[in-house]
Amino acid sequence: MNRINKKLQEEQKLLSIYFTAGYPETEDTVSILQELEKNGVDFIEIGLPFSDPLADGPTIQESSTKALKSGMTTNKLFEQLKGIRDSVEIPLIIMGYFNPILQYGVEKFCKKCAETGIDGLIIPDLPVDVYNEQYMQIFEENGLQNIFLITPQTSEERIRFIDSVSNGFIYMVSSASVTGSTSGFGDETKKYFKRVNDMQLKNPQVVGFGISDAESFQQATQYAKGAIIGSAFIKHLNKNGKNKIADFVKSIRPV
Amino acid sequence: MSYQANEKGYYGDFGGAFIPEMLYPNVEELRSQYLDIMKEESFQKEFKDLLRDYVGRPTPLYYAKRFSEKYGTKIYLKREDLCHTGAHKVNNTVGQILMAKRLGKDRIIAETGAGQHGVATATVCALMGIECIVYMGEVDIERQAPNVARMKMLGATVVPAKSGSRTLKDATNEAIRDWINNPLNTHYIIGSVVGPHPYPDMVARFQAVISEEIKVQLKEKEGRENPDYVVACVGGGSNAAGAYFHYLDNPEVGIIAVEAAGKGIQSGESAATSALGKEGIIHGSKTLLMQTDDGQITEPYSISAGLDYPGVGPMHANLFRSGRGEFISITDKAAMDAGLELAKLEGIIPAIETSHALAIFEDRKFKKDDIVVINLSGRGDKDLSTYIDYFDL
Repeated sequence: MNRINKKLQEEQKLLSIYFTAGYPETEDTVSILQELEKNGVDFIEIGLPFSDPLADGPTIQESSTKALKSGMTTNKLFEQLKGIRDSVEIPLIIMGYFNPILQYGVEKFCKKCAETGIDGLIIPDLPVDVYNEQYMQIFEENGLQNIFLITPQTSEERIRFIDSVSNGFIYMVSSASVTGSTSGFGDETKKYFKRVNDMQLKNPQVVGFGISDAESFQQATQYAKGAIIGSAFIKHLNKNGKNKIADFVKSIRPV
Repeated sequence: MSYQANEKGYYGDFGGAFIPEMLYPNVEELRSQYLDIMKEESFQKEFKDLLRDYVGRPTPLYYAKRFSEKYGTKIYLKREDLCHTGAHKVNNTVGQILMAKRLGKDRIIAETGAGQHGVATATVCALMGIECIVYMGEVDIERQAPNVARMKMLGATVVPAKSGSRTLKDATNEAIRDWINNPLNTHYIIGSVVGPHPYPDMVARFQAVISEEIKVQLKEKEGRENPDYVVACVGGGSNAAGAYFHYLDNPEVGIIAVEAAGKGIQSGESAATSALGKEGIIHGSKTLLMQTDDGQITEPYSISAGLDYPGVGPMHANLFRSGRGEFISITDKAAMDAGLELAKLEGIIPAIETSHALAIFEDRKFKKDDIVVINLSGRGDKDLSTYIDYFDL
């Protein structure tokens, strides 16, 4: 069974952290992964930096720009992750935009992910229909889950369609926004979380975008299986380097 | 085989809608309605009335006698430079503002590089009394001060794009992010035949008035609707899409696309996407784009701000790959010389973008009785300071 599915069966609400590979320093990728696992994070999204990240706000874009400037590449990421399964056990997901993956070669990329021990991919600008027609088989052959997003504007019909083609979790974008834009959730957002929860989908939901502290984590996971924090963690790294990761994780979910 | 978009928005291998789910409802709302709205009689009437009374269409098709004599062929200029606001861009913004109104949107966003599309958008927003926000790279804001001032006079808010390279592609990213953040009340007026389906097709249809008029005007002057060649400069490619539109599927008409070679194709400072680009995804469309081996989008260069886009519309990528279009790249120097030459021979100062299309005659020879229509996409007022610096005027 895929590590993601196994993790989703655990009882507790899941905390996931996103960070940009190669940030703050090019060679930090592995030590950040290890540190996050040590401090009880349930799964991790590794951001593959891209020059033009459309769905991201300034925090993640700046981290990508910096990582690219200091020489981060797709090849380098796979080199860094070689042997990662000797030291890190929790599910690992690569989140990246489609163009760098397309240039690397989708099949080659998926094979490399499988070799490395990556469990899933989130590719925000690869639409569901294109994935189904052209790439699903490659993903499945390599044991990779493709995680799709839904938003408050996604129709019920489309949510059900996305649920039917998903086999891990559904990434529930908290509000109509790019990453890192909001803090705290209003009544409308809570209603949306509940509405999706009430749909009784086959895949659990994990909330992302706009979660930055213990309170928003609590709110997000009231109706969902877990929540993902990205920009707030990048900001923490930017301010404190990678040495105080424990403090950050504890501030979200006290042990 | 047609060179128009198919129902899924593909031109051969290129096009489609590679967008994050956050944009899906916005794009789907537009996609499911744009053709029906454009076909409505009331829409067509309002669009045509505004093009005639406000934009000043039809623009003349002018036989450039002295320019023709110089190059030994028959050259016609389609005078889009005489449109209100100085370029073809306004054809599209008039169409899209009417589209936005029918979709019930009360807030408009746009991206701009040199500022021409920003001005054309701010203009139609003023005309309709609709809020207008224009994203423009911080670097471009500094070097295009007059257009920034024009947009402000027209009531638009100009927001600097501070991310990435702080130019057109980043302004486009910021506009797309704004659309993600404001999915319900906002329409995004893209300025070229780029972006996710239905934009390339919709913008091409609004610009198609250019070739529609050429057919009628050439028939009057030459007794035939079809020139031997239609020539246009291509950055994203909206003026070219309009000039080619009604000739795309007519093999009798040769299509020539002129890209900016910048300081030379191999110089590392170029915007010749067909020569330097590889297939990939930019701003929601699969097309040819300039990028590193690792799939990072690179910053193009051209002396003309309107041509330095790292991608090209999917229609043009398909014209290139299929061989339907002949692609020529022109250096800064050749373009500047051609602009000066047209001024001296015909009394018309062209935009530097357009000057690229005018520059092909030095190397590309035509037969004496060939009829070559060049889309004179914009006027050179906005480029005066560049002309002054370049020629030490």
